[in-house]
Amino acid sequence: MSTGPIRQLLPHRVLFALMLSLAAVTLPHALHLPPWLTAILVVTAAWRYLAGSRGWRLPNRWLLLFLTLLGAAGVVLHHGTFIGRDAGVAMLCLMLGLKLLEMRTRRDTVVVIYLGYFLVVTQFLYSQNLLMAGWLLLTVWALTALLITVNRSTTPTGWFPHAGQAAALMTQALPLMLVLFVLFPRIPGPLWGMPEDEARGVTGLSDSMTMGNISELSQSDAVAFRVEFASEPPPPAQRYWRGPVLRQYDGRTWRQGEPDHTAPPSAERLGGDMDYSITLEPHNRTWIFALDLPVQISIPVSVNTGYALERSNAVRERIRYNVRSVLDYRLEPELGDRDPAIYLQVPEGSHPRTRALISGWQSEAADQDALITRALAHFREQPFEYTLRPPLLRGDTVDEFLFESRRGFCEHFAGSFAVMMRLAGIPARVVTGYQGGEINPVGDYMIVRQSDAHAWVELWREGNGWQRVDPTAWVSPERIDLGLGSAVPARDNPPTLSRRTPSLSRTLALQWDALNAYWDRWVLAYGPGMQQQLMERLGLGDWRRMITVLALLMLLTLGALALIILRRRPQRPEDPVQRAWIRFCRRMAAIGLPRRPEEGPRDYARRLIRERPDLAADVEALSRLYLHLRYSGRGSPNQVRALAAHVARFRPGRKAAGQASPET
Amino acid sequence: MSVVGSVFRGLGKRWIDRRLGAPGRRTRLAYRRIFILPSRSGLLFSALLVVIWLGAVNYSNSMAFLLCFLLLGISMLAMVHTFRNLAGLRLQAEPPRPVFAGEEAQFPIRLDNPDRRERAALALRLPDQPAVLVDVPPGSDTRAHVTVHAPRRGWQPLDRCVIETRFPTGLFTAWSWLRLETRCLVYPAPEPGPIPPPQGTGPASGDRTSREGDDDFHGLRRYQPGDSLRQVAWRTLARGQELQTKQFAGNARQGIWLDWDCLSELGVEQRLSRLCRWVLDAENARRPYGLRLPGQRVAPGLGPDHRDRCLRALALFPA
Repeated sequence: MSTGPIRQLLPHRVLFALMLSLAAVTLPHALHLPPWLTAILVVTAAWRYLAGSRGWRLPNRWLLLFLTLLGAAGVVLHHGTFIGRDAGVAMLCLMLGLKLLEMRTRRDTVVVIYLGYFLVVTQFLYSQNLLMAGWLLLTVWALTALLITVNRSTTPTGWFPHAGQAAALMTQALPLMLVLFVLFPRIPGPLWGMPEDEARGVTGLSDSMTMGNISELSQSDAVAFRVEFASEPPPPAQRYWRGPVLRQYDGRTWRQGEPDHTAPPSAERLGGDMDYSITLEPHNRTWIFALDLPVQISIPVSVNTGYALERSNAVRERIRYNVRSVLDYRLEPELGDRDPAIYLQVPEGSHPRTRALISGWQSEAADQDALITRALAHFREQPFEYTLRPPLLRGDTVDEFLFESRRGFCEHFAGSFAVMMRLAGIPARVVTGYQGGEINPVGDYMIVRQSDAHAWVELWREGNGWQRVDPTAWVSPERIDLGLGSAVPARDNPPTLSRRTPSLSRTLALQWDALNAYWDRWVLAYGPGMQQQLMERLGLGDWRRMITVLALLMLLTLGALALIILRRRPQRPEDPVQRAWIRFCRRMAAIGLPRRPEEGPRDYARRLIRERPDLAADVEALSRLYLHLRYSGRGSPNQVRALAAHVARFRPGRKAAGQASPET
Repeated sequence: MSVVGSVFRGLGKRWIDRRLGAPGRRTRLAYRRIFILPSRSGLLFSALLVVIWLGAVNYSNSMAFLLCFLLLGISMLAMVHTFRNLAGLRLQAEPPRPVFAGEEAQFPIRLDNPDRRERAALALRLPDQPAVLVDVPPGSDTRAHVTVHAPRRGWQPLDRCVIETRFPTGLFTAWSWLRLETRCLVYPAPEPGPIPPPQGTGPASGDRTSREGDDDFHGLRRYQPGDSLRQVAWRTLARGQELQTKQFAGNARQGIWLDWDCLSELGVEQRLSRLCRWVLDAENARRPYGLRLPGQRVAPGLGPDHRDRCLRALALFPA
């Protein structure tokens, strides 16, 4: 194929702008593309650019087909699949790169730009923060400008032609976008299920606890949820956010255990009501977090045996809900049908040294309360250390932790304390969730991060029900009062934002978080649920009514925009003298004295003076100056300015003061 | 089936003609005369939007919804912008230059943009023909030439042609039909090859007597555009008669008569073709010539205007 049409397809500077825009589109993807694919994209873009500017040859059909197959095989080898988010994005990028080498006609170029739009969307599967919103506007603007340029069949000029037109088009499209975003009916997803790799990047509490998995989660600065309190937030020591409750123990791992299908446990309110809203980040599990102990919630949830809140499907999008919690409560004072044995179960023969320790204490202690105190005191008296980097335990984890390493994170303390209590005959279970939370003064809300992940213990006491005991608080009170960053030694490298020491970067981070929190709350969390709520509040609960309003609003907005766009704006004359004269004529026409087509300026002025003697001075001066400037060829810029200024301040009234119009 | 089809086509054409209004030399593209539909790439774009929307629903992704709706908004406005690119445009057919049969007639059409915004990438074409692309800068005008093959001599009208645009986004095609009243004069095709001109044949030899001198007054004839002002008969004009040109015997010096009657062995079109050749050759040779056709006569003369007069007579010679 000859290179002639390739070189002529796009002026090379437009081609350059196209490559630059596509680079901007794919740049965020480079973070999660295999490096060889990024290299392919760079090479194909460079090749296509040189084909356009230097007349290089493009590969023929067979080579392209071969490259496509090779690239697809590479993607499958790298990701193990074709489908799914990562593999899909990789395939799209590959297609874009190879399409560039096939870009021979305008039609191909249009397809490349459409692929670019599509790649912009895929980026939102990875991140949806405010930065991305800016990036969306920027890339759509660039791609639209290019779309306009490519569709102009005549040759455009300039480096980035039609940038202004694209910006205008986008600005005009914003109101339409807003109407559609709010009113277009939302269908709850997913439509075809989500491949596994979506969950991989999502951090959150797991359904089970072994020594080591929470400390791993706590390495992350990521936001778990944000909370806005209706009144004062609770003191740090009360900020326990309840998550999965684990009661089954196999000697190493704590699990929820089989649901026992009994009625949810009873909870008695004793006081300390708290009302707040939570915006929960997606964590790909069914847990709904709330302050210990939730009694009312605005979304449908089920309360399981351990009084943990669960949704029927996993939280894959940001959701928002209102909760009422009570800080003083009595949870399940009567176990009822429930067999307390499950809360006492420890595998036979495990943890021999712990068993020995407990039987020693049992002989000393007067009652169970004394024994609990003894066990907690043990954590304080012995050289236990609270650390984010606990040593790996291989054998009998509880024994090894209690008697040898003595260094652990919350799950070590909670897990071993629960085991000790069970061995002492006190029903015990582990509660996981988050502890703490930091008030962001910028937005006046609380941020709870993954680094606040925590585990504690609940003991069942006759008459009092389940009571929270947090052994970590006995080892490291700072953890509860000041958070993770202040509790663990600096050499553990706790995540930056978990350290509460003030610094500029921290202040900026908090401000950025506040902005993103608004963005999350009003834009990203707007899904089927929030739409339903809003529509009901607006009286549009019925979907037919909603669609009618949507259609009407769209028509109105589009109509208004069309009026603006189609408004005829005649070209103004270049010459300021001419412009001033036209303005003068328009002024006179407005008071009922338009210039007749056959009238020259002199005749017109004469007639005006005849009909409106009161305006004679102005009309005389203006017409004379105009005639001088226009026809004598000796006008000065000052005179031009004087004419314009005179016309500007000349405001003839409809009737002369104190006299009737001569026409009547 | 085909009957129904043709009935519909007929109705469609009538509906369109009604919308378009009466043909004229100039026209303004009013709103009701502009038609608009999504283009093929517009359909592809809507497929892209559907895919993005499905993805947004599946992943409950608000930003994907935002982008989807932004692009939808842009495409809706693109319709208005594409419409605007044509609306209010003024078109005027200008007189085309005559051509010889078998050549391409070029119809100049002036596109006048009275507005402050540029109208870019306007395509003017006859149905099933390649388009002429023009931009019209704000407040100014541009000429586009529509090319029509002119196979036969006589008047070649300009068929209904289409002005269309996809600018700015290519998602929509807006178009209108132009029925401009304009026609191009098509001369007969000159017979190819050198044909020796008639030598002293026919009545042209009868003019030998008038060879005496340039200034010998020969008579008056009606003034025709292109005649020299020096030869205008001012005196008769002053007497209130119409504008007349003085003819001198010298004008026909060495002149020849190109005579229809001396070509009796040829058919009508071949005769016209040969006469056309002779006219061109004589003009090239700067040799005065006159033309004699049944029922009309062009007195001998020379120059582009004279040539055009002769060619016109040939072109419009009744078949």
